[in-house]
Amino acid sequence: MAAAVLLGLLALLIRLIVNSRFADFAVVRHYLFNRSILVGLRNTLVISVLAQMVGITLGVTLSVMRLSKNPVLSVTSWLYIWFFRGTPVLVQLLFWFNAVPQVFKTFAVSVPFTHIVLYQKPMVLFMTSFMAALLGLGLNEGAYMAEIVRAAIISVDEGQTEAAQALGMRSGLIMRRVVLPQAMRVIIPPTGNEFISMLKTSSLASVVLYGELLRRASDIYSTNLRVVELLLDASIWYLVLTSIATIGQYYLERRFARGASRELPLTPLQRIRRNLVPGRPWFRVLR
Amino acid sequence: MSVVLGDALGPRGRRRTAIASVVSSAVLLGLLIIALRRLSATGQLDAAKWSFLVKPLVIRFLLGGLGNTLRAAAVAIVPAVTIGTVLALGRLSRKAPVRLAANAYVQFFRALPLFILIIFMFYGVSKLGTDLSPYWALVAGLSIYNAAVFGEIFRAGILSLDRGQSEAALSLGMRRRQAMWLVVLPQAYRRMIPTILSQSVTLLKDTSLGFTVTYEELLRRGVFVGAAGKDPLQAFVAVALIYLAVNMTLSRAARRLEIRQRRRYRAGSIDIAGAEDLQAVAAGASMGGT
Repeated sequence: MAAAVLLGLLALLIRLIVNSRFADFAVVRHYLFNRSILVGLRNTLVISVLAQMVGITLGVTLSVMRLSKNPVLSVTSWLYIWFFRGTPVLVQLLFWFNAVPQVFKTFAVSVPFTHIVLYQKPMVLFMTSFMAALLGLGLNEGAYMAEIVRAAIISVDEGQTEAAQALGMRSGLIMRRVVLPQAMRVIIPPTGNEFISMLKTSSLASVVLYGELLRRASDIYSTNLRVVELLLDASIWYLVLTSIATIGQYYLERRFARGASRELPLTPLQRIRRNLVPGRPWFRVLR
Repeated sequence: MSVVLGDALGPRGRRRTAIASVVSSAVLLGLLIIALRRLSATGQLDAAKWSFLVKPLVIRFLLGGLGNTLRAAAVAIVPAVTIGTVLALGRLSRKAPVRLAANAYVQFFRALPLFILIIFMFYGVSKLGTDLSPYWALVAGLSIYNAAVFGEIFRAGILSLDRGQSEAALSLGMRRRQAMWLVVLPQAYRRMIPTILSQSVTLLKDTSLGFTVTYEELLRRGVFVGAAGKDPLQAFVAVALIYLAVNMTLSRAARRLEIRQRRRYRAGSIDIAGAEDLQAVAAGASMGGT
């Protein structure tokens, strides 16, 4: 029954799209490699990578704080995670972009409790769209990464460290050769997922006017009214980005799985090559 | 917390970590004090700046926004769960075209930003001959996207169930469909309740995207209040606190359910009539054997 429902829905969708002259594909093709769109694509990549890096750095710090015995540190970390996971990222973005420049007129780095100012700038010039997007996305990501890193640190068995010590390794070497590679195995897959979702979440930066892919597309369609076509262009690029990221994630996970599973899953290339060798079952079936 | 990050430290190591944690706490507290001082220096902590939040009119306005947020979330969850179930069954189907279609749906809609989907529902659907109100555009975008996510959740739930469950059902003479609907799915849903609830929290937070298609949910009303009173900071704090309260209630419910579930369905807690006798017999047999 589920099958029938699904096929029916699919048929309906296809008919709808074909019948309604839904999109002019010539326009889609025309804007796909438009300069402005490509710049937006680059900006999407830039903001995603930077925000993810901010998130990872914050996440490592927060997770170590969370595991600390000092109550000030662990409570601060808990509060941070609670706050940033509990509020929508759009609220946070608008907070940085709209509320902060209205409240604080200048951004200044000064030596605390003195009047020595090291760096000063009007807040409007400091809190640009880019800065607001980076802070909003990065700080939010930090809360999610913190939980991932914490789980990974907990997951490495103590016996691993002890065994390495028994072999006479020093602590730096143990961290580098024994603990981190195993923690990475737990960190990498969810971090990959986080990055893929970051690529998509970065589209929210368009609300604070950062010129990423969606912003560029909407700038164009607000003048020529080709909404569907330009949204399709943006979608195509997002699909390309997430697909590449997914493939990258597969190979990265495969690399870090070494030593955990006896037989690594084959890469698609290996699978093709193996199937083309005579004498293999698949080949024999063909003959 | 009973987690140990490494070996027990020696005296020097202990001193080092003690110093490090005292210093970092001092830095954190210092940052907090600086932030508060700067806020009070600009007058942001004055009671006058916050008093507008307790006006009945403002409260009613914001709570109305919260109502709209909750309504959109609640309405979007229903089709999302339904289509999600269909997708999960489709991905596990024995028929290749069905598998392909379900896979295509999940992969496609999971790879698209939800934001684009909602904008598309709002501006793009008019090309298909109908116009969606901001509310329905938001609900449609949320359902279509979350159907893909729920599909993955349910699939994981079904796959995580021991194969013995469906094998037992089949050997009792059930059809595959019966085994799925009567034995596998109920258990898969139950097992996935915590994940379903946490995804619902995400969905609730994502209703804030309705802001961009002019749907009058909590965030939009909060921004409006902030702009009207020229106190955006206070309005954002209020909005954030409301979101936190709702989400915390939901996450707490999720945790409680998880704990209750673990207690109820602990491994080996199933009592079989005469189990003690069986064990005694088994023990006797093994003793006789040696």
